[in-house]
Amino acid sequence: MPTAPGGAPAMADFRVEPLAEDALLLRFGDGIDTATNARVHAAARALRDADLPGIADIAPAYATLLLRFDPLAWTEDAGVRLEQALSPERLLVRGRGLGEGANIMQKTDAGDSRTASPLTLPSPPSSTMGEREIVVVPVCYGGEYGPDIDAVAEHAGLSRDDVIARHTAAEYTVAMLGFAPGFPYLLGLDASLHVPRRATPRTRVAAGSVAIGGAQTGIYPRELPGGWHLIGRTPRVLFDSAREPPCLLAPGDRVRFRAIEADEFARRAERDA
Amino acid sequence: MTVEVVKPGLLTTLQDAGRPGFAHLGIGRSGAFDAPALRIANALCGNPSDACALEITLLGPTLRFHDDAWIAVAGAPIPLRVDGAERPMWAPVFVHAGTTVELGTMRSGCRSYLAVRGGFDVTPVLGSRSTDVNAQLGPLAGRPLRTGDVLKAQSVARAASKPVSWRLDPRPWFPDDPVATLRLLPGSHFDKLKETSRKLLFSETFVVQADSNRVGLRLSGPKLEFDEPVEMVSEGCVPGLLQLPPSGQPIAFGPECPVSGGYPRIGQIAAVDMARLAQLKASDALRFTPCAFDDALRALRERERALTRLETGIAARLTA
Repeated sequence: MPTAPGGAPAMADFRVEPLAEDALLLRFGDGIDTATNARVHAAARALRDADLPGIADIAPAYATLLLRFDPLAWTEDAGVRLEQALSPERLLVRGRGLGEGANIMQKTDAGDSRTASPLTLPSPPSSTMGEREIVVVPVCYGGEYGPDIDAVAEHAGLSRDDVIARHTAAEYTVAMLGFAPGFPYLLGLDASLHVPRRATPRTRVAAGSVAIGGAQTGIYPRELPGGWHLIGRTPRVLFDSAREPPCLLAPGDRVRFRAIEADEFARRAERDA
Repeated sequence: MTVEVVKPGLLTTLQDAGRPGFAHLGIGRSGAFDAPALRIANALCGNPSDACALEITLLGPTLRFHDDAWIAVAGAPIPLRVDGAERPMWAPVFVHAGTTVELGTMRSGCRSYLAVRGGFDVTPVLGSRSTDVNAQLGPLAGRPLRTGDVLKAQSVARAASKPVSWRLDPRPWFPDDPVATLRLLPGSHFDKLKETSRKLLFSETFVVQADSNRVGLRLSGPKLEFDEPVEMVSEGCVPGLLQLPPSGQPIAFGPECPVSGGYPRIGQIAAVDMARLAQLKASDALRFTPCAFDDALRALRERERALTRLETGIAARLTA
């Protein structure tokens, strides 16, 4: 991945795709890469900061941003404000405003209601990037907490210590949360650690498990089924609905892992419990 | 006011209008699957439209009311017995303290809503009293009702127990056509379907499979195929999304669907028809009919006007 997550994203087109009467996807690309994902998060921040009335959800994925709104409250004014929020200057949608929800979904040209208009999103100022501090997640690697670390090491042709060193050396970006409340999909995994998912998924993966699946690494927020390789476990609580904010990690956050020993895991687990 | 769960029924959950605003944290909305039925049950109890009620699935619960209460049941037709006596759905029903309320087996459909005056008083989780069984989130730690649970509701403000002599006509709110027809908006990958599959999607009947739930309804029908395999990364999902996994058998997402997913999208069930989807159970048949976004939005607005009129009318009758 040549682009650092902290770098300013390049100017880029994105497309507005109707998903449902109350949902739009803003599409910035089609693949999994940090540059595209950074643009998704920049747009999400711009929309959150604009605090548009009627928009209930602004949910980033790898290359797309999901917007959900109240279709009955959606007005011409809301569309214009969405447009303004996405551009500090001027944003044209083929000469017409985004307008009412229906207009976004029913493009008159080409007769294809699914063909969305290409919009131009100017580069957000780089100062908006990396506002949050890096979240450091302590991990006890290997042993009972990371039963697959030797399999990962073998696949990578590395020693167990090298796996830990490379996993802790990288800086990751929370590309998106999904699968279960608070499950972070992290981009930035060292290429040598990319390992295909397990042939047979586990029916139970313990809460806090740090895992590798393909080019991604993630953390299981609670006990779940899972097919990723488990390399360690964090004592931090990833998700607690009674906590504000409920999730340890938010989309766009930067993350590092820090190796800890079993005794520190035990001490921290007690404190978090 | 307390209600004790004597029998929980097959799958009875506390639901309100849902939990918007947390999709970015991997948390879906959940909420009542048949949203208009929840609103009508609430209106019949004089509640705000988004008050917390019970969503009942196929086989109803048995509840003991320890205090006087007004209740109402709307949605799929289900026998409602108060101390053994049959009482009407779609109407406010007064329940005396010490009474047992028994809901039977649905005659058709899949989901009914039992509201109590004041709404069930459970602590909101992330701003909502909806249960998300799949995410293990919400009241009762995200689980369905169990025998012995004690639910609280606001005490009845007015003691009036005078029985009402009216009930709503359920027909606009519970269509029981033998084969449901759902309006389908075009999905991102509809055009990538083989031409024959595009035709089959709208010409053939699909049947709901047994392993369907509030996450999604698995459908079986003609095998649908793409011209070429569709490669995509995980993207935002919403209820009503019709995905096509490699099996060629579509899945229609419900209120507990994941907030993101990586299967191709062939369609989106019109929001106005989600209430019809909610009433489909295993072996029920459905068809899709193509629909444009403008038409779907217009139909949704029309239904909203009708619902609002109904709620206003009910409120007037309750205060008369």
